[in-house]
Amino acid sequence: MNFLRRNDLIMLIFGIALFALLQGLISAGAISSFWQLNLLLIGINVIMSVSLNLINGYTGQFSLGHAGFMAVGAYVGVVLTTNFHLPLIVALLAGAAGAGALGFLIGLPTLRLRGDYLAIATLGLGEIIRIVIMNIQYVGGAAGFKGIPHLTTFAWVFFVMLFTLFFIKNFVNSSHGRACIAIRENEIAAEAMGVNTTKYKVMAFTIGAAFAGVAGGLFAHSFYLISPASFTFMASFNYLIMVVLGGLGSITGSIAGAFVVTFISAALANWPEFRMIIYALALILLMFYRPQGLFGYMEITNAKIFDKILKRGRE
Amino acid sequence: MAELLKTDNVSEVFGGLKAVADFNVHINQGELVGLIGPNGAGKTTAFNLITGVYQPTTGTIDFDGKSIVGLKPYQITQRGIARTFQNIRLFSELSVLDNVKIAYHCHVKYGLLESVLRMGRYMKEEEKIEEESLKLLKIFKLEDKAGEQAKNLPYGAQRRLEIARALAAKPKLLLLDEPAAGMNPQETNELMEMIRWIRKKFGLTVLLIEHDMSLVMGICERIYVLEYGMIIASGTPDEIKNDPEVIRAYLGAEN
Repeated sequence: MNFLRRNDLIMLIFGIALFALLQGLISAGAISSFWQLNLLLIGINVIMSVSLNLINGYTGQFSLGHAGFMAVGAYVGVVLTTNFHLPLIVALLAGAAGAGALGFLIGLPTLRLRGDYLAIATLGLGEIIRIVIMNIQYVGGAAGFKGIPHLTTFAWVFFVMLFTLFFIKNFVNSSHGRACIAIRENEIAAEAMGVNTTKYKVMAFTIGAAFAGVAGGLFAHSFYLISPASFTFMASFNYLIMVVLGGLGSITGSIAGAFVVTFISAALANWPEFRMIIYALALILLMFYRPQGLFGYMEITNAKIFDKILKRGRE
Repeated sequence: MAELLKTDNVSEVFGGLKAVADFNVHINQGELVGLIGPNGAGKTTAFNLITGVYQPTTGTIDFDGKSIVGLKPYQITQRGIARTFQNIRLFSELSVLDNVKIAYHCHVKYGLLESVLRMGRYMKEEEKIEEESLKLLKIFKLEDKAGEQAKNLPYGAQRRLEIARALAAKPKLLLLDEPAAGMNPQETNELMEMIRWIRKKFGLTVLLIEHDMSLVMGICERIYVLEYGMIIASGTPDEIKNDPEVIRAYLGAEN
């Protein structure tokens, strides 16, 4: 099992090298401020899609309200930093706790539902969260929350993203994660094998919601103003597209999905009318030719090429 | 011998249909008991009652001296009853090895934090799970297929994998729902040998539903016969073979 630790170490070194490269480019001024912002968004979207993947892809519970949890994290965070002048780390942790607690409370009753019914219920809950925020005058209501300090840096996003990836990767590769995957594969058999299905559904939902809260905090502190309009159903749908595009049940896929979707929408920023058409076409083609998503259940770390490069055996 | 499972006047009513009525069985530690009966007699319903999938309308079920009525299926598995399914329910997209690993779930002691940080007991226990899973696969002649997707296995191998997975939960009582369904005579014979052997090796008590009479008569020490939800006969294979009620149920009455 030592190869597991070695694998982790290699991934970590690779991650830090990537960070050094990108941070170097940013510091040297080689990346325009528009693309700098999109780099932040890619990182945040990776956190969103990987955490959504834990719920939708690994545990097989179709959730459509992920942006709602992001909104909770965002608003909890900005209130703490702007009104109470607390540091970003506190805002992120509080946002995670708030979104996670809400996910737990919402998950308990709704995860009794299956398939389409769960999708509709979570869709409704995401909208409820948004509309409730819209009606709280303390956070600016529909006009949005102004005067947010610009605390999110590339380093913050990158390392929180790295932490999220490691967290969820290790989770799904443990007995707890296997329990979640068993629920996706066959709930009756999972229960018969001693898996407390309710517990693990709620656990996956809570963890996913908490990371969405963290992503929300990072998102909010990248802008001067946030408004409930950023967390509509369309936003949830966007994250779902990333997950499906990359492959339900693949972390590599979620990263790729978040990257591709964010990159395309940034690249097409000047032609917004074409964006949705290209999106839709890409999805239709994908469903025709690769319904399991770009990566399916595959992980890049399991690929044969990766083995060869590292000359790694399983023994 | 100590009594391991005892059901007392258990019945299950679906709407107006009495699927199982006055179901009284007792199984002693270490026994190999068969449950037979014509199609629709309520055998699988009886299994579902014992494993907590259904809750009995009336009656009590005691396992290992404690009542298991009202427990969820996963709690019953944790108490020590594991089962296989008539219509195979594998985790079909996962590898053969992962199918078995999942069943170790209720014996894993490391917590959420340990697994996320890969510290503490995580590494040691994962290593042990992998080792034991491979050992189990070897017993069921599946070790060379460990990396394959479960859905790609041939039918007989899927049946064997289901038993291996049930054993990974380390049960005291193993319930097999038609383990030989769809197998040819040679495979059935091998399965019979295997059931005998694992029972001895793991010190198991086994209750099995089966239609294949050669298998039931060949390995069961005692047999219960169910018809229309009621037990119409019980006894050793020889007694059952000559029981007029059983002959009537299976072959029809002679006038």
